[in-house]
Amino acid sequence: MVLQSLKNCLWLSCVLRTPKACFWSTASGGLIIQSVSNDVYQNLAVEDWIHDHMDLEKQQVLFLWRNSPAVVIGRHQNPWQECNLRLLRQKNMKLARRRSGGGAVYHDLGNINLTFFTTRKKYERMENLKLVVKALKALRPQLDVHVTDRYDILLDRQYKISGTAAKLGRTSAYHHCTLLCNADKFVLSSVLKSPFKGLKSNATPSVPALVKNLFEEDPSLTSEMLLDAIAKEYAVQHQIDHHITLINPADETLLPGISDKTKELQTWEWVYGKTPKFSVSTCLNMAYKDSVVDVKVNMDVKHGRIEVCKIDLPEQWLPPGLYSELVKSLTGSKFCPNETTTLVTTLLRVCPQDDELHSRWSLLCENMIRLM
Amino acid sequence: VCIHRVRSCSSIRFIKSKYVCVFDKSALKFSHQQRLFRTSAVSCGQIVQFKLSDIGEGITEVTVKEWYIKEGDSVSQFDSICEVQSDKASVTITSRYDGVIRKLHYSIDDIAFVGKPLVDIEIDASKGVASEEDVVETPPMSHEEHTHQEIKGHKTLATPAVRRLAMENNIKLSEVVGTGKDNRILKEDILNYLAKQTGAILPPSPKAEIVAPQRKAEAVPAAPKDKARKIPVPASRPIAFAGKDKTEPVTGFQKAMVKTMSAALKIPHFGYSDEIDLTQLVQLREELKPLAEIRGVKLSFMPFFIKAASLGLLQYPILNASLDENCQNVTYKASHNIGVAMDTEQGLIVPNVKNVQVCSVFDIAVELNRLQSLGSAGQLGTSDLTGGTFTLSNIGTIGGTYAKPVILPPEVAIGALGKIQVLPRFNSKGEVFKAQIMNVSWSADHRIIDGATMARFSNLWKSYLESPASMLLDLK
Repeated sequence: MVLQSLKNCLWLSCVLRTPKACFWSTASGGLIIQSVSNDVYQNLAVEDWIHDHMDLEKQQVLFLWRNSPAVVIGRHQNPWQECNLRLLRQKNMKLARRRSGGGAVYHDLGNINLTFFTTRKKYERMENLKLVVKALKALRPQLDVHVTDRYDILLDRQYKISGTAAKLGRTSAYHHCTLLCNADKFVLSSVLKSPFKGLKSNATPSVPALVKNLFEEDPSLTSEMLLDAIAKEYAVQHQIDHHITLINPADETLLPGISDKTKELQTWEWVYGKTPKFSVSTCLNMAYKDSVVDVKVNMDVKHGRIEVCKIDLPEQWLPPGLYSELVKSLTGSKFCPNETTTLVTTLLRVCPQDDELHSRWSLLCENMIRLM
Repeated sequence: VCIHRVRSCSSIRFIKSKYVCVFDKSALKFSHQQRLFRTSAVSCGQIVQFKLSDIGEGITEVTVKEWYIKEGDSVSQFDSICEVQSDKASVTITSRYDGVIRKLHYSIDDIAFVGKPLVDIEIDASKGVASEEDVVETPPMSHEEHTHQEIKGHKTLATPAVRRLAMENNIKLSEVVGTGKDNRILKEDILNYLAKQTGAILPPSPKAEIVAPQRKAEAVPAAPKDKARKIPVPASRPIAFAGKDKTEPVTGFQKAMVKTMSAALKIPHFGYSDEIDLTQLVQLREELKPLAEIRGVKLSFMPFFIKAASLGLLQYPILNASLDENCQNVTYKASHNIGVAMDTEQGLIVPNVKNVQVCSVFDIAVELNRLQSLGSAGQLGTSDLTGGTFTLSNIGTIGGTYAKPVILPPEVAIGALGKIQVLPRFNSKGEVFKAQIMNVSWSADHRIIDGATMARFSNLWKSYLESPASMLLDLK
């Protein structure tokens, strides 16, 4: 296996859309590239870039990548429903929304990601997954792995080791999948469990599955070995050289426009704002002095922002003026703890300075914020 | 015969602003297909039902997840129309035609069927209906100079609007590098080409024009405000200006600012400024910094400023007070919860350090570190952001000398600290020496605080900082 560091980008530009005279023969049917970055946003941006800019007619591409701990949700999913956001924030773990469909997954360096780029016409997920299974069996013939009709790869007929998602555009398409080599299963199960109650939404739900690492089946396996085996099989099937080209997703010269794509994937508007419309209906049971105050909260959230906000408080628990200020402020603002905290603490500045009032306000607001 | 089609509808996005519709007499034969006549415009097109094309893998139905356009919007060929999902695959459906969307056949979350109409598009009659196959060539153009152009084997792809822009500016499309999908020439490419010609750097146009068609649906934050702009050199040909005004609702952090500042406006402010010689403090901090680092804490100047302020407040408690709504009562706050203005990505927030009167300088440094890291992660809690009684704003870290800070209600005073500059000053012997000078600008509520009080407080605060050893005498 030869890893070639990319210094001269001329040959790559030939398959790109710059109208330069092309001297490199593009007769080869495939290209294997691997990212040097472990940043989920950068890697997702590379997928976008290849999808938008590369001509896949003559040359298909296999992209290999791994990420440092992150949760990745599908294009049409609801992060509040799919993962434990508070835990993610505590662990400073990244949350990304990819452009392909499908469910939520946990990535860390023990998981490898494979993206198969083809033209729209050549889009064929089953073939790709069969390639992966063939590579695994070539590496370890005793592995019991097979592809299901839901495009999962199962180990020992019961454990999911790979999930699939795809994105189709006008002329090109990609199919990507994960492969669990040695991921942290404990973290995986805790971050992918959402404590949210009372959420109603048409967002794509995830189908939970029992998972296992290939490492558990055979401790001699490493991520590098798996990547190499799959690249080898791809090379054979596409009749190309088995060599993997490293690319740096931060290289703007090689991938013009990539930093904009990376930035966009990190914006709140993309990660949270693209959540399909959902509603929250829950009851806050707040312990106040010697009793428990029950507060019914109903909110409609669209584009990640609170469209409608109804809070049923006991009468006169808060002065009516302040209560309506709260509802007015929340309406139209992001369903986001940071923004809500800023808003409610600011409102406190302009209302009567009364300790009792302040403690009630803080109690209510903290409970509201905990929902987000 | 050449007419301009006037767009009639209410909410068409500016990106697809002008659309030239050209037809000759032969097109009149299609006129029997015209259906829509509005009072403000004349439509000349026929309605075509754009069917959902084959997704592949034998899929027959998909769920509509997001519309990128709405009825009445203009679309160009290859613009994104909607996003549909089928079995873990998300598919972007792009338009096959140039035209105006007249009907959406599905709502969000509906099941759409392959081969059945997805949207109705009113297209320009002269263009004719494109074949069922995916069209790669550009639609036929009447401008003879800009028919299919071949660049080294590639056909140039560009929408009619882009072609018109090129024609108006006498640009050959073959000379323009396309940055869109499949080498498409976008409006931005024409403008960049023009900019290079005239030497002008055009104002950044809305981001949505630069990226590939997929992402036009959502508003993207405007380009950074501090982008340098050259004054355009007078050009021989007119430069097309693509910048557009953008109106956004005031939400979130900005809303909070509006509320706070509107309330602050009611407070009659007066200002008092002075200059502080921090030469000794700078030296002291250099000595203490490594000690703090050993304890795992970053020591800036703020902990000293904050502690000195608290010592000053002990002598002048009225600066740590609050005036009630009717200006009937003044409440002297027992705790010195000193707020520190912080600039985050989202905007200005002011967390406070609680009970500075019983904290050591090191304690304050620890707490500041905690607040700063929470602040930059956007994870400050409500208790961190409420209960402040006095505020310091270290605007000097960004720049500036004197400022006019605004008091944050319900407080009555605030101080803004400028940057530390090395300036020549005279010492007691009349010699010039290098001094580390920082300016402070105080604002206070003139309803209950007078100038003398503010001045005396400032002098005391200044004396603590100019000779830090004196703080030792009064530290509690």
